[in-house]
Amino acid sequence: MDGLNVLGLIYVLVFLGLILATSFILRTRESRRLRDIPAFERLGRAIGLAVEAGSRLHISLGRGHLLTTQSAIGFVGLSILDRIARSTSISDRPPVSTSGEGSLGILSQDTQSDAAKYLGVESDPTRGRITGLTPYSYAAGTLSFIQEEDIGANLLIGSFGNEVALITDAAERKEGMTLGGTDNLTGQAVLFATAQEPLIGEETYAGGAYLGAGPMHIASLYAQDILRWVIIGMILIGAVLKLFGVL
Amino acid sequence: MKNPVYTAIAIGVGIVVLLGYFLQIDLLANLRIVLLEWATILVAVALLVGIVNLFVVHFRKSAADQQNRINSIVLIVSMTITLLVAGWFGPTHTYSLWIFNYIQIPIEASLMAILTVMLIYAGIRLLRRKPNLLTIVFIATAVIILLMSGALFGIDIPGLSELRIWIGKVPAVAGARGILLGVSLGIVAAGLRILIGADRPYGGS
Repeated sequence: MDGLNVLGLIYVLVFLGLILATSFILRTRESRRLRDIPAFERLGRAIGLAVEAGSRLHISLGRGHLLTTQSAIGFVGLSILDRIARSTSISDRPPVSTSGEGSLGILSQDTQSDAAKYLGVESDPTRGRITGLTPYSYAAGTLSFIQEEDIGANLLIGSFGNEVALITDAAERKEGMTLGGTDNLTGQAVLFATAQEPLIGEETYAGGAYLGAGPMHIASLYAQDILRWVIIGMILIGAVLKLFGVL
Repeated sequence: MKNPVYTAIAIGVGIVVLLGYFLQIDLLANLRIVLLEWATILVAVALLVGIVNLFVVHFRKSAADQQNRINSIVLIVSMTITLLVAGWFGPTHTYSLWIFNYIQIPIEASLMAILTVMLIYAGIRLLRRKPNLLTIVFIATAVIILLMSGALFGIDIPGLSELRIWIGKVPAVAGARGILLGVSLGIVAAGLRILIGADRPYGGS
């Protein structure tokens, strides 16, 4: 076992320990304060407006392959889909999801089916659609879907490249709210320019915590914050040591 | 509530794959490879299910008297022809490659061309929508990089190419690293939530 592997395992175990410890500490506290992310506040309002207006919410899950690191953002998208499907129970038009990867499509149908069972309503498998299997065919399929359906708000949470601009443009034309976050750097730059509410970096992964997906989401957010400060500290120490010629 | 059997399987497989990655123990490493091979097969099957889903949704749309049903009809016809040609002759045959090179690539290239115009328009719209310092820095950087990517009317302004290199090497890389660090923290957190069963994006209610 080489040193890098040991460090990696230690890092994962420390992260896990922090999540569990934070969730234990938070269990006894009544208020769990999260820093303000305006995009999620506006999303809450957009969900309410969409339910009142009888329009649909669209969650685009991207093309994250489940055997790569892109799966993480796909799972975050599924958590958000689950929360929204459950919170829009009073709407007569349940949310719909689109994805560009087979396994993600199946999981989105499963998530919607679970939410429908929880609410005691009939599930429709066509609410979780696969609109294309290559980046541009996925974007083309999703934009035609947005054009045809009465969409009140679009949430683009998944792995997207620059093709996401085609989707945000279609959403903009339909005058629906667009919130977008991705794990891809090019996709983030494009979303910053095209989405009404872009999410940068780790903000995308915080979606579950802000939408009330459970205490573990909040605990993992705190753990991320702690580790981010540790990393910042290490970078600064490294820079100082480099400056003085120690490293 | 999710079925505990599915949850136990997901957690167990996750732990074996994670430990097999970090620990150089033959049993764990071999088990990890076998599990990943199974996952690869499952993902390939899911891809086929995805194609069937795409076909069924568009078949229903083309059968119903809906607006834009022509798009669904075109998709079904193209999909059927492509499947027949690639299935009969094989994916590397001249006919299959012809479909790929002369239909799919030009269509995707056209979408990319549209994207260029859209992004320019989005940049202008961004200034109107969010007129703040961050937006100005974003647009200014994009413009500087674009202008410096090629000689402007053949005129080489001294210092500008150095500025482009500096932007590319220092602030752009620093920003990208910052974002990637945040993303990597998010990836580990999302993975660990699944590993401890806090997030269960799989069936079995």
